[in-house]
Amino acid sequence: MFVALRDLRFATGRFALMTTVIVLVSFLVGFLASLTSGLARESTSAITDLPTDRLAFATRDGQSPDFTSSSVTAEDVDAWASTPGVDSAEALGIATTRASAGDTTASVTTFAAEPGSTLVDTEIHDGSVVLTPAAAEDLGHPDTVTIGEQTFEVADASIADTSYAHTPVVWMTLDDWQPIGAPGGSGDTATVVAIDGTPEHTIDDMTTLDLRDARSAISSFSSENGSLMTMQAFLVAISALVVGAFFSVWTMSRGDDIAVLKALGGSTRYLLRDAIGQAVLVLVIGVGAGMGLSALTSALLDGVLPVSISLSTTLAPAALLVGVGLIGAGLAVWRITRIDPHAALAAR
Amino acid sequence: MDLHLDDIVLTYPDGDSTLTAVDHVTLTVPSGTTTALLGPSGSGKSSLLAVAGGLTRPTAGEVRIGDTTVVTPTTTLAEATAMRLDRIGIVFQQPQLLASLTALEQLELHEHLRGRRAHEGREEAESLLAAVGLGDQLHRRPGDLSGGQRQRVAIARALMGSPQVLLVDEPTSALDHERGTQIIELITGLARENDAATLIVSHDESTLGSVDAMCLLVDGSLVPSSEPVAPATRQGGE
Repeated sequence: MFVALRDLRFATGRFALMTTVIVLVSFLVGFLASLTSGLARESTSAITDLPTDRLAFATRDGQSPDFTSSSVTAEDVDAWASTPGVDSAEALGIATTRASAGDTTASVTTFAAEPGSTLVDTEIHDGSVVLTPAAAEDLGHPDTVTIGEQTFEVADASIADTSYAHTPVVWMTLDDWQPIGAPGGSGDTATVVAIDGTPEHTIDDMTTLDLRDARSAISSFSSENGSLMTMQAFLVAISALVVGAFFSVWTMSRGDDIAVLKALGGSTRYLLRDAIGQAVLVLVIGVGAGMGLSALTSALLDGVLPVSISLSTTLAPAALLVGVGLIGAGLAVWRITRIDPHAALAAR
Repeated sequence: MDLHLDDIVLTYPDGDSTLTAVDHVTLTVPSGTTTALLGPSGSGKSSLLAVAGGLTRPTAGEVRIGDTTVVTPTTTLAEATAMRLDRIGIVFQQPQLLASLTALEQLELHEHLRGRRAHEGREEAESLLAAVGLGDQLHRRPGDLSGGQRQRVAIARALMGSPQVLLVDEPTSALDHERGTQIIELITGLARENDAATLIVSHDESTLGSVDAMCLLVDGSLVPSSEPVAPATRQGGE
């Protein structure tokens, strides 16, 4: 990188401008990835964070698994519990409703299990509810909460914050949940069966999904996530093309210098190493700074906006941008080195 | 080692026909001597130089340095590039210096191109720049040098690594007569010191008093009556 490094030193302003463009593109891609991931998480974390392996849905008449239409009984739970390969099976009730505390009303999703269940990391008892911090915030940190016709004592408001379809979660016992989630039912109804282990066979009219696939059973998630993923895919594709074309054009602008190096005896390998080395430096600094800024912004806005910082929202898009930029630079150099150096110098 | 151009032919497609830039030229430049190649514009001088330097493949004929054939019609781009790095120094019509490198770095680049550390050539680079009168301009970039100084850097760069052959294309085209003569004298002196077979293309015969031989290229062919002759003999013949 003899020429590349000196080039960077000589034209500091030009490279600072180019690096700034890379920083901005990277920030845009990284921040959108964080927002997309955060929105997805806000829609599904109550499901994906459950301490279980999979969920079994009632899918009669060939229906697709759906939390709003699935309804299981105690017999279904027993059938799964006795299926070979299943370590444990328990009923889980899920229903979105409205809760109130004094003059404050908020949309919440009730999650219900048997007392002593491992699905929630605190004790649940009849007559009381456990609020997630977001639910407690929305309801004004109450001592009691009214859901439907029932009033419950708030036993705990410090469990892990999860949400379902962008609503905060409230845990209660299955018995308390019946009038809310299955009014007019038999009294032993739930929404799905939570299963630990790998069942060796399925049960008629039921479909099992692992937690990641179960997200698609949330009615709003598929369409919402589809739109977000499409937006993100377009942004990443366009950004990648911009970065690739950017480096391709920039490398071609060095065509005169490359022609001189070729005429002096620089091998194609030397020229590629020099050009790509320069591109690597600008890309790593630019993309690194952009992703760092994106992660910092996401961290600062956590709690205000639904953002999620992870490897998939930072390193993955960063690697893509760096890779495409290098391809653009490499292709341009390779094309230039095929030119007759005599003709290139004559045209300089 | 002597430079031999053996029956060189260079043609280009020109629409439906063919343009002959170099037409069966055979020329030998002994090592340590300087031969000037004169001729009107479009006579094929720069084309012949490009073939000699492996910048362009000949249509027919070959280039030898000593007994080694270095350029033929089938020489690949990679082979020609490697040969140029090892054996040939080229001074282009325009200095063709890299804007971001200092005068010293323009020469150290040669070592780096050869796969060595740039500083390994520092002593030789400093010596060459001093020889061309730029010993106090080592750390200046092309933008801070005059046209003549840039040309001197280009000459010094061409001599890095002690090439066997030195090819110089119109080195005085942008210089006045006095400076042009000085540049030619510098080149011929350094060629002699470095034992390089030197071929200079020029249109200005008046600056060529220090060269060892001259020949005339017209319409791609060496004029038969102008076998390489010493400048004094040629001028006496006119």
